[in-house]
Amino acid sequence: MTRVALTLALTALGGCAGRPAALDPAGPQAARIAGFWSLLLAVSIAVSVVVLAVLLDALARRRGGSLPPPPAVDPRLERRLTFGVAAAVVLTAVLLLFLFVASLRTARALNALGEPDALTVEVTGHQWWWEVEYWDSAPARRVRTANEIHVPVGRPVLVKTRSADVIHSLWAPRLAGKKDLLPQHATSLWMQADRPGMFDGQCAEFCGHQHAHMRLTVVAEAPEAFQTWLAHQRTPAAEPTEPALLHGREVFLAGPCALCHTIAGTTAAARLGPDLTHLASRTTLAAGTLPNDLGALAAWLVDPQSVKPGVHMPPAALPPRDFQALVAYLGSLR
Amino acid sequence: MSVVAAPDRDGEAHDRAALALTWATPRGLRGWLSTANHKAVATRYVVSAFVFFALAGVLALIMRLQLAWPESRLIGPDLYNQIFTVHGSTMMFLFAVPVMEAMGIYLVPLMIGTRNVAFPRMNAFGYWTYLIGGGLLWIAFLLNVGPDTGWFSYVPLAGPAYAAGKRVDIWAQMITFTEIAALVAGVEIVVTTLKFRCPGMSLNRIPLLVWAMLVMALMVIFAMPAIMIASTMLAMDRLVDTHFFNPAEGGDVLLWQHLFWFFGHPEVYIIFVPATGFVSSLITAFARRPIFGYPAMVLALISTGFLGFGLWVHHMFATGLPQLGESFFTAASMMIAIPSGIQVFCWLATLRSGRIVVRAPLLFALGFIALFVLGGLTGVMVAAVPFDLQAHDTYFVVAHFHYVLVGGAVFPLLGAILFWLPKMTGRMPSESLGRWSFAVLFVGFNLTFFPMHRLGLAGMPRRVYTYLAQTGWAGGNLLASAGAGVMAVGVLLFAANIAWTPGRGTPAGADPWGADTLEWSVPSPPPAYNFVYLPVVESRTPLWTTPTPAVVTGLRTDVPEVLVTDAIDATPDHRHVLDGPSMWPLLTALASGIGVIVAIFTPWGVTLGAVLLLITLTGWFWPRGVPVSDTARERA
Repeated sequence: MTRVALTLALTALGGCAGRPAALDPAGPQAARIAGFWSLLLAVSIAVSVVVLAVLLDALARRRGGSLPPPPAVDPRLERRLTFGVAAAVVLTAVLLLFLFVASLRTARALNALGEPDALTVEVTGHQWWWEVEYWDSAPARRVRTANEIHVPVGRPVLVKTRSADVIHSLWAPRLAGKKDLLPQHATSLWMQADRPGMFDGQCAEFCGHQHAHMRLTVVAEAPEAFQTWLAHQRTPAAEPTEPALLHGREVFLAGPCALCHTIAGTTAAARLGPDLTHLASRTTLAAGTLPNDLGALAAWLVDPQSVKPGVHMPPAALPPRDFQALVAYLGSLR
Repeated sequence: MSVVAAPDRDGEAHDRAALALTWATPRGLRGWLSTANHKAVATRYVVSAFVFFALAGVLALIMRLQLAWPESRLIGPDLYNQIFTVHGSTMMFLFAVPVMEAMGIYLVPLMIGTRNVAFPRMNAFGYWTYLIGGGLLWIAFLLNVGPDTGWFSYVPLAGPAYAAGKRVDIWAQMITFTEIAALVAGVEIVVTTLKFRCPGMSLNRIPLLVWAMLVMALMVIFAMPAIMIASTMLAMDRLVDTHFFNPAEGGDVLLWQHLFWFFGHPEVYIIFVPATGFVSSLITAFARRPIFGYPAMVLALISTGFLGFGLWVHHMFATGLPQLGESFFTAASMMIAIPSGIQVFCWLATLRSGRIVVRAPLLFALGFIALFVLGGLTGVMVAAVPFDLQAHDTYFVVAHFHYVLVGGAVFPLLGAILFWLPKMTGRMPSESLGRWSFAVLFVGFNLTFFPMHRLGLAGMPRRVYTYLAQTGWAGGNLLASAGAGVMAVGVLLFAANIAWTPGRGTPAGADPWGADTLEWSVPSPPPAYNFVYLPVVESRTPLWTTPTPAVVTGLRTDVPEVLVTDAIDATPDHRHVLDGPSMWPLLTALASGIGVIVAIFTPWGVTLGAVLLLITLTGWFWPRGVPVSDTARERA
């Protein structure tokens, strides 16, 4: 049933190869919703086929020519019609009740994922990037990163969400439905990945100029790989050894960069912009907008407005030598 | 006053001449500015609304051009955000609601057999207010201070901390104008429908279109205050530093969403319900039989009106509300499919059992059924919380509501325009152009909006000014953009037909479609006074059952007098003299306009507006001369 409905859906929705993200689940939450959707789709296809068939049948009985005077209404025909319409209304109500129960059951299943020892990740929305913090009872062991949520495969993750400014909405369609990030009320979301991979996400609530470029990646990896990653993220930034990198760090700390960003192990500890301690270990720059390589990094630093018009980050107006050193230093923060 | 089978001929010619004189609008510019005739005001309303429709349509084309390719640099986010905000605000506030109310203002008095709406000057005032509000929004947009926080203006993004400048204030005051106009029209339609019906038109004989207009008008009266309060609170937060929506000072950002959607969801039905009325009229005329299941249709309209107020939270499923509350709103949202289903089944039964004669207006009604069923089904989908969490704020929802609003309201409206154009202009529109415009629009519409279902499921959020190439959304977007071009051609064909009709169309006569309701018993275009003698109605399809009805004689012809009847049975109650043309409605609208616009910049605008309004309202209500003869007020 599910398979037939999905195939129909793909044919109906047309054209492009592959399943759309929300119907290509990589975890139990999205899988339950995709399953529920195929039910909705099957019912919808059946209903629209019947309605269109009746409509076309009626149209096939059309007359040509002029508009005749209206005939008298035949009471026997009216009784048959009454029966037909009443049956259709009852059937509609039954179908709706069925879908309502299915909706409640799906919602219950979505809420059943939680468990006490789940991994807790706090995600804070900013215009226009995501702050990601791995919770730990010992504050020193908490890890802060940005625009990338690493999760261990097969383990439920409780994502606690809030916003630092306007309303955002966290959405990684292959893993779970979305949840709004509010400046005032705490919200949360359960997700779980069943297979390793990189899953795209994006802000779904209009949040200003760069709503379009507020993307994130969920990186699902084997539990050991995840623990290795987490342990590495806890370490402060590597101490630069080459003179160019040392110079780059000086430029960073002496210039405006340090007013907004943190690099653990240095004196830069501001939290207005993303934590850069392990910037080079991330896959993208500027919240999923650019690939993370030195060329893109330089382009981003020299003129953020041309990449993300309206972004709050100022351009780095530096002499070439300082600029190159800064790029090299940031590129070394693995 | 009495009811007679047929008035004598000499007397009729005399009365006709006297009525023409009494109900005439003064000539020249002054007459144009001061008219209070419902047909003149409604025609203006409809034309203005379609001008705004065309402007907002151009914005849609610009958006589709921008989104046709990934990472397009055609327009930047600042302009794009203004464009989608002005597109949505214009379509909802300056096109859809006003055009539906305007059709009501034109058709209701003709369909219920009276001479004008209940408060003709207030009606004129409503139109001028609407025009000022629409002008404010569009002039601001052309000056690059168009609102840019969406037609929903969510706080805190639209609050003082994140939306500097005057853009959002202009949005909030545009709301004030258009909601005043909407409320005025709502009151007009309710009072006219309940008190001005011709004798015999008891509640169970009102045409379904008039029922739809009555339900719509009542919904307007209950829904609009929520958005007026909300937009005023927002304007106060921005202008005089109140903190209704400021979390730091105990305000609440979700309060805005509740207030907005308490208006915003009924708004959808305010647009949709009149459209169902058009469909009922079109299907009755072209299936050549009375609508099947009239009582069920009326009850469906009324229950839609009530249920429409119980669904607003389904716009907020992602905000983390309690489970039980979400289930309640899921149930309510699914339940509204039942009255809609009843209407669709009754239309199908009417079509199936009638003798269909296909004409261009009917094609739009049939296209409506196909598109509305699809939009309704995706509506049931997004009513279910689990699926909505995936679909919410994506292009799936964009597809859904365009199926419901364009398929469910614009298609019937275009059919209605073709259907009543002979009545309004006296000439027949081109049948072949009508059919072509339907076919092109239908294909273009589906090409534009069907791929958006998939785009949404593929992860494309709404309100993005561009997207990255690796998202894989390029194909669907290009298809949608091509479809938008086809739709534009369809709209141009339709417009060409409308432009062609008044000059070149064949003369229509009073009743070109052989239809059943009272407006077809008067000449096309109708005279200023509508009916020489008010008809007496004996059935739901008066022109089919009694082609030469008894009429009411004895109303005065030397003053603009109408007959007021009982709200339920439409038995004659008393005679009432209506106001004629006046400049005061325009002056009052200008006075309130100045006050509201100045209030964008300084709170003193409120004071200024109050003083100007005091002056103009005093002028408006200043007693002039002796009241019309007491006999006019005597009980009939």
